Amino acid sequence: MTSRTVSPGTPIVTIEGFAHRYGKKHALHTIDLDIPSGCEVGLIGPDGVGKSTLLGVIAGQKKIQTGSVHVLGGDMRSHSHRQNVCSQIAYIPQGLGGNLYATLSVWENVDFFGRIFGLNSEERGDKISRLLKATSLAPFADRPAGNLSGGMKQKLGLCCALIHDPELLIMDEPTTGVDPLSRRQFWDLVKDMGFHHKGMSIIIATAYMEEAEHLDWLVMMEGGRILASGTPAQLKNRTGKDTIEDAYIALLPEEHRTGHRAFAPPPRISSGDGAAIEAKNLTKLFGDFTAVNDVSFTIPRGEIFGFVGSNGCGKTTTMKMLTGLLPPTHGEAYLFGKPIEAGSIELRKRIGYMSQMFSLYGELTVRQNLEMHAHLFDLPSSEIPSRVLKMADLFDLHESMEDQTERLPLGIRQRLSLAVAAIHEPEILILDEPTSGVDPVARDHFWEMLIKLSRENDVTIFVTTHYMNEASRCDRVALMSMGCVLACDCPDVLIRERKCRTLEETFIACMMEDMKRKETIPEIEEEKQSVPLMVFPEKTHAPKRTFDIFRLAALARRETVELFRDPVRLITSFVIAPILLVVFGYGISIDIENIRFSTLDYDRTASSRAYTESFSGTRYFREQAPMESPSGIDAGFRKGQYKMVLEIPPGFDRDLKRGRSPEVALLLDGTMPFRAETSKLYAESAHLLYLADLQRGAPGGTDLASPVTVQPRYWYNQMVRSRYSIVPGMLAVIMVLVPSMLTAIGVVREKELGSITNFYSSPMTRLEFLWGKQAPYIAISILSFFILVGAVVFLFEVPFKGSVPAFLVGALLYIITSTGIGLFISTFTQTQIAALVASFVITLVPSFDFSGLISPVTSLEGGASIMSVIFPARYFLNISVGTFTKGLGFLELLPNYFALILSYIVIQTLTVLLLKKQGK
Amino acid sequence: MKSLRHIYRLGLKELISFRYDLVLIVLLIYCFTVMVIVPSKGTGIQVRNSAVAIVDEDQSTLSANIRAAVQKPYFKEPRMISYPEIDQALDRNEYTFVIDIPSGFQRDVIAGKHPEIRLDVDATAMAHAKLGTAYLMNIIHDEVVMFLHGSGKLPEPAVKLNIRSKYNPNRESQWFMSLVFLTHMITLLSILLPAAALIKEKERGTVEHLLVMPLHPFEISLAKVWANSFLIVVGAMLSLIFCVKGIIGTPIIGSVPLFFAGTLLYLFAATELGIFLATIAKNLPQVGLLSMPVIVPLAMLAGGTTPLEAMPMFLQKVMTFSPTAHYLEFMTAVLLRDAGIADIWPQMAAMTGIGIALFTAALMRFRATFR
Repeated sequence: MTSRTVSPGTPIVTIEGFAHRYGKKHALHTIDLDIPSGCEVGLIGPDGVGKSTLLGVIAGQKKIQTGSVHVLGGDMRSHSHRQNVCSQIAYIPQGLGGNLYATLSVWENVDFFGRIFGLNSEERGDKISRLLKATSLAPFADRPAGNLSGGMKQKLGLCCALIHDPELLIMDEPTTGVDPLSRRQFWDLVKDMGFHHKGMSIIIATAYMEEAEHLDWLVMMEGGRILASGTPAQLKNRTGKDTIEDAYIALLPEEHRTGHRAFAPPPRISSGDGAAIEAKNLTKLFGDFTAVNDVSFTIPRGEIFGFVGSNGCGKTTTMKMLTGLLPPTHGEAYLFGKPIEAGSIELRKRIGYMSQMFSLYGELTVRQNLEMHAHLFDLPSSEIPSRVLKMADLFDLHESMEDQTERLPLGIRQRLSLAVAAIHEPEILILDEPTSGVDPVARDHFWEMLIKLSRENDVTIFVTTHYMNEASRCDRVALMSMGCVLACDCPDVLIRERKCRTLEETFIACMMEDMKRKETIPEIEEEKQSVPLMVFPEKTHAPKRTFDIFRLAALARRETVELFRDPVRLITSFVIAPILLVVFGYGISIDIENIRFSTLDYDRTASSRAYTESFSGTRYFREQAPMESPSGIDAGFRKGQYKMVLEIPPGFDRDLKRGRSPEVALLLDGTMPFRAETSKLYAESAHLLYLADLQRGAPGGTDLASPVTVQPRYWYNQMVRSRYSIVPGMLAVIMVLVPSMLTAIGVVREKELGSITNFYSSPMTRLEFLWGKQAPYIAISILSFFILVGAVVFLFEVPFKGSVPAFLVGALLYIITSTGIGLFISTFTQTQIAALVASFVITLVPSFDFSGLISPVTSLEGGASIMSVIFPARYFLNISVGTFTKGLGFLELLPNYFALILSYIVIQTLTVLLLKKQGK
Repeated sequence: MKSLRHIYRLGLKELISFRYDLVLIVLLIYCFTVMVIVPSKGTGIQVRNSAVAIVDEDQSTLSANIRAAVQKPYFKEPRMISYPEIDQALDRNEYTFVIDIPSGFQRDVIAGKHPEIRLDVDATAMAHAKLGTAYLMNIIHDEVVMFLHGSGKLPEPAVKLNIRSKYNPNRESQWFMSLVFLTHMITLLSILLPAAALIKEKERGTVEHLLVMPLHPFEISLAKVWANSFLIVVGAMLSLIFCVKGIIGTPIIGSVPLFFAGTLLYLFAATELGIFLATIAKNLPQVGLLSMPVIVPLAMLAGGTTPLEAMPMFLQKVMTFSPTAHYLEFMTAVLLRDAGIADIWPQMAAMTGIGIALFTAALMRFRATFR
């Protein structure tokens, strides 16, 4: 790196009295900081010290809580300043490709960023091809971003950030989890891009101290505070140390350093009683992809064996095969000479496992975690308290025994994880990246414990890591890349063999050797010369600050492409709606028939049978076996054998003939009131028919006709068929349930995956974002709507009688509103599951029960009637049933359109007000 | 024995975790209170509060009698409208029924001319159209007969029919609906909670941690079942006592312990269904998408909205495999009809059978997906 002096000119970032909290937790205590412009600035320190928070605030992503932050000569609190400078700042968030779209290709990703920053197609084509060439991604332009290696993802992130020529580039841990070769290439690339020549400023956060050596200016952070800042040389001079890592440790407050000393593991005395772990030609295929390729090694008892490689190189897969979590495709693995069979309980008791993702239960206290695991490993109850105590001693956990685990610092959690893995005194410990994210002091502490376990208790330790300085502490290491073990021996031997200085250099040398062997020399070596220095044309125009239809279109376009590449989501969104329609269309009916009834006939004459037949002769009732005595009545009701009992008194025939009006008793099962009510009505009409027949048949019968004729005229649906109103009505339920859920998940998904930062850091306005997200779901819902209408007309054979345009306009308005409800839900939910449950709870009951689908809205009372007025489902139900069955047009339905439009405006306004253009 | 201890310990862990999940606790309370009380009081498919309008062109004593006879709880107080307003009133869903009493009606009745009253019915208001028409026809008929009879009483018919409703004399809808909505909530929670808990372990990687320990998959699965069932059964029992019995006033005449036992059987089946869904899904959103076409039909077709016998034959057959349909039948039989084990064992056996089948299926999937 060219040595340059840091210019004393105007700082690019000025921070005064700034502090940031998440709830009660302080992420940053009050800090003051000036960051010089035009150079490469590094923010260093382990995870959780507040680096990301600080970067987020500088980038305008996070809301400023207290203090002031000036970036590029303006106050970042001011909305208009942020809007002005957002196109001059580029931000690459933490995590590999966090702001990239995994299903989009490399080209499409960069293209999307170009579009939202308002570049025309000519500029985009030109710039993208140059950027891809410079980063040697050009050969992979059509590959989905999700299938790139970590290093390539970072390069792509860089391309996306550079497409709009920013003045300030902010990168949050760009190289974490990337293999050493790619990491080196990435830094070379940053150097070759020639940013200095344009006066561009770069701020990079990193947890790798050795990377910081090459930067111009450093800020060291610890526990939400700034330890020191200055050029690397200044910092090293101040502490009198040779490396940045040592300087950092020297600058830590006293209490953090206690117990820290440089240490070297005592040499291992080989006990020589056979191999603890043995892998023979292990291979694992996932479909076409070879995750692990022909890996063999033998680990003697008591050895610390390191497995080193980048993310995704097959370390974890190998480990899962050793623990029996995954069966190997080929090859065998042995523990203590026995083959690992999936599910062998006895063998598992001899293993302790600490998985890559923190494997403790965060809600439990330290003691609860330890006790639970002791119980699960079947330690005798009497021994458990002493064992827990022993672990607390060994791993220095006494102070935090009663604390909830998730509130503890990472370093302690990591020690607890190890304690949990070791509580049953296993002979083998398998640790997957146990120290990622832990600060150097805690890391050293952790390693001391590992060494103690190995040397004193003769525990075999198998550990994976991507920290090279950790790897060099192992007895032996295996260097792994792309599923293959490149080399396996003592670290010193490996370094000496390749005549390198460090293990990292050795690893890179091994990777180069391997590539040469396979004749896949990385493209970067050839391509780099062809694009010497990036010189960007001068910026021609600033992006529009007000509503821009092209940005909206760019977003809608991207969302659509993403949807098409996620077949599960796309298919389910089309399938759920018709399933619900069919289920409800057939299942919901209020035409009750075949009501089961039994008779208790004390009379048993022709007259009493005739009376019974007036019931059983209709399709409404179905007669069951008659009863012999009244004692069985209750049992039958309890069992649900019948819902009704007809009791005909003794002497029915006699009394009837003498005109003494015998009384027949009908006992109904009132459990389900609707059925009881219906049964009652049917019974009354059957009774009246019987009476009419009786009089007609009677000798000298009088004029029977009722003094009045009530002529019911069933409007719209002469046959009074349930499905004529329920099936079109179901459209109103389904067309709010499904679209609102899809839209809500679509937006919240971006929050969970992290790509929402692109919205925060781009000039996109809130309306552009909302409508751009909404547009594809409106399109899908319209398509799905036509499928449903097809089912209504052809499957359920409901004729359409009214005005087609009136129906379609109503449907369009309703779809816009219901997708709008989804957007609204997404503003206050943070996780996809919450969005799902919320959309379920918010839409289902009002649309199903309060829309007039079953009971007319005029009959609702209290809260139900208020919800019915507010929720838009009832208005579309009116339009749908109105046009389908009532044969109406625009004019008759006019108030419903106004109501839909009004509810859309209200929902949209609320959504815009609630949507934040910054994170918390 | 050892397994039981494992299951107990793992379940205990679930409960401790749950204590800290405030959102979930609020959701649980909301479901067992508001979501049971509000809909069961506010809705129902019977004719209630139906909107009626009368076009009275007669303005006579008889027409006034008819108007006065249209009463709560079946009908709202009728409004008077004019003949030309009928079309618009029905088109706009303002009224479900319009009674049109022609001029000279009373005169014609007295003269024995059998005059006609027209009853306009909005036949798209399904729940009310048929039954409401029958009620109104009876009302009008009775009023006319009483008017002619002059005594304010109906003449004695040849056969009297005395109709009584057992268990719910006034056929109050909210008694039954409160149990239906309680069933809905139990179903929703007992499927979603264990599914979400299992997927959370999968996404956080803790399930691998469990599988490396000397534990069987069935222990992990049953631990989730008991812990979540415990929460839901506590919520359900409290809701039964305080909301269903207390606030809504549903008379519980049956055996609460038997109900408790049956609820446990149902929870076994439903939580295993949730676990089964979690073994199919890859992530939380997929759990949600998958559970939607499972939970909604289970709840809506359990027999609470539409009685099972009113469904098409094939659907009735399908519903014999629905644990929810058996549970609702069980619940109403035990709580409202005082059924004992001897009466209701088929439903309990069905729930157990479905539960065991789901448990086996989930276990097989569990091995396949979590390895």
